[in-house]
Amino acid sequence: MTEEIRVVDRELGELALNMGPQHPSTHGVLHLKVHLRGETVVKAIPGIGYLHRGVEKLSENLAYEQLAPIFERNDYLGPTANSLGYVVAVERLGGFEVPRRGAWLRTLVAELQRIASHLVWLGTLGLDLGGALGGGTTLYMYCFREREKILDYMEELTGTRFHTNFNLIGGARYDITPELAAKAVDLANQMEACLGEMRNMTSATAMFRGRVEGIGVIPRDLALSVGVTGPVLRASGVKFDVRKDAPYDAYPDLQFDIPTRTEGDALARFEVRMDEIAESAKLVRQLVEGLPDGPIFTRKPIKNPKGLKVKPNEVYAAVESPRGELGFYIVADGTFKPYRLKINAPSFCNLQVIPHIAPGLLLADVIATLGSLDPVLGDVDR
Amino acid sequence: MPEANVQEALMLRHQATETALGVELPPAELLEALRALRDAHGYRFYIVTTGIDGTEGIEIVHGLRNLETGDDFFVKVLLPKDDPELDSAAFLFAGAEWHEREILDLFGVRFRSHPDPRRILMPDEYEGHPLLKDFPMDTPWGYRPAAPESETDG
Repeated sequence: MTEEIRVVDRELGELALNMGPQHPSTHGVLHLKVHLRGETVVKAIPGIGYLHRGVEKLSENLAYEQLAPIFERNDYLGPTANSLGYVVAVERLGGFEVPRRGAWLRTLVAELQRIASHLVWLGTLGLDLGGALGGGTTLYMYCFREREKILDYMEELTGTRFHTNFNLIGGARYDITPELAAKAVDLANQMEACLGEMRNMTSATAMFRGRVEGIGVIPRDLALSVGVTGPVLRASGVKFDVRKDAPYDAYPDLQFDIPTRTEGDALARFEVRMDEIAESAKLVRQLVEGLPDGPIFTRKPIKNPKGLKVKPNEVYAAVESPRGELGFYIVADGTFKPYRLKINAPSFCNLQVIPHIAPGLLLADVIATLGSLDPVLGDVDR
Repeated sequence: MPEANVQEALMLRHQATETALGVELPPAELLEALRALRDAHGYRFYIVTTGIDGTEGIEIVHGLRNLETGDDFFVKVLLPKDDPELDSAAFLFAGAEWHEREILDLFGVRFRSHPDPRRILMPDEYEGHPLLKDFPMDTPWGYRPAAPESETDG
């Protein structure tokens, strides 16, 4: 039993305030204990683990074939990115071939879900900032209206709106028809078109800028030392994207830019994500245009999950999930189950920066900062 | 000494077989190697720290990345299974703090001079370390709050 850490200095008028774990603005079940002097934060202690389901332990007891759908539940706003990370890792581990069409389709779904995930982030950021954005729920509803189109498209493509289970070890599960391909281009155009509308409601208004500009600055050195990933890292002036620097699936053949900013504040993270939506729309169009013919899955079918064995090996493979670098560290021992599987979750790494940047912020700015980091607690706790 | 060690480690790494990810170092040299990698070799980006409950002992893996070359480097140390203890890397890489807490929580490895050595995912009163191989999946948990006696029973 550990002793409770008491750092509250009552003589200086400090107040310890529990935010969460049941608080709508903490994006799930994050418990943030903030120490306040007046309205200024002097210390923030995040408490996580409320959503810990022991996925890593579970994965040591299930066959490789059974695991991909389970990881989709980790980061529940960008589910395919999770299973994609897993299947890419197992493919590298066992040397499984992916047919080109399968790889391109996986990339297509991943990019669509990146847009969907970023739209949820934008909507919930609007909720976090509250009254500044037309009562808060306005932006949220606009974002969910657009996201709904992507979910409908997923339903048409896979039969499932959300946890699509699209990725297989060695390919993709569902093929795309010409009509659906045309619809994907249409969808990408719509997403790009809605960006202007979203910007008009957010970065074009002084109220929004006042809430996020210069708030929650993560300096470059801190970002590297903590190991924040994804849009958070790129907003701090580090141009690193797994899609570009350690490419997988179809990314080596695609043309896209990596949006970066140098300010490192909440506004920079906002801008990076907005630009990423535009880049993803661009990628979707490219993917549909250049979609190769051929099979989507070529691995020899197996009769039961225990048939897929992987020779003893060790691998760290990462993909760029909407939240950042999602790494899978897998140790195989030659059986049909992983010996050890570690999920390096981007939300875990990004959330870790909170105790470093929160001191000195106003309480309301902590919420804005948290919203701009975009953690998903299912991903943090695993 | 540490400089030479890292050079040697880098050499070894390139000769390593396909099954080996990273290099193994004695636990006492870990921090010096991490510092040398960070300051002299450009491995400034912290990726991950994790543990593996292997047959010979508990392996701790630190992953670093050189962003200029995009090269990942994994350093491993092997700890004994009874009373594993290691120096904390949290003062070199701030990101190691939570990852080491996770290892403390799930593997029971103690980290010397860790800034905040508490459990992170499991409740503070939890007993046992779930990711150890001898932690069973199918027995009752180590932690189970006592159910209040129901007054309507009987």
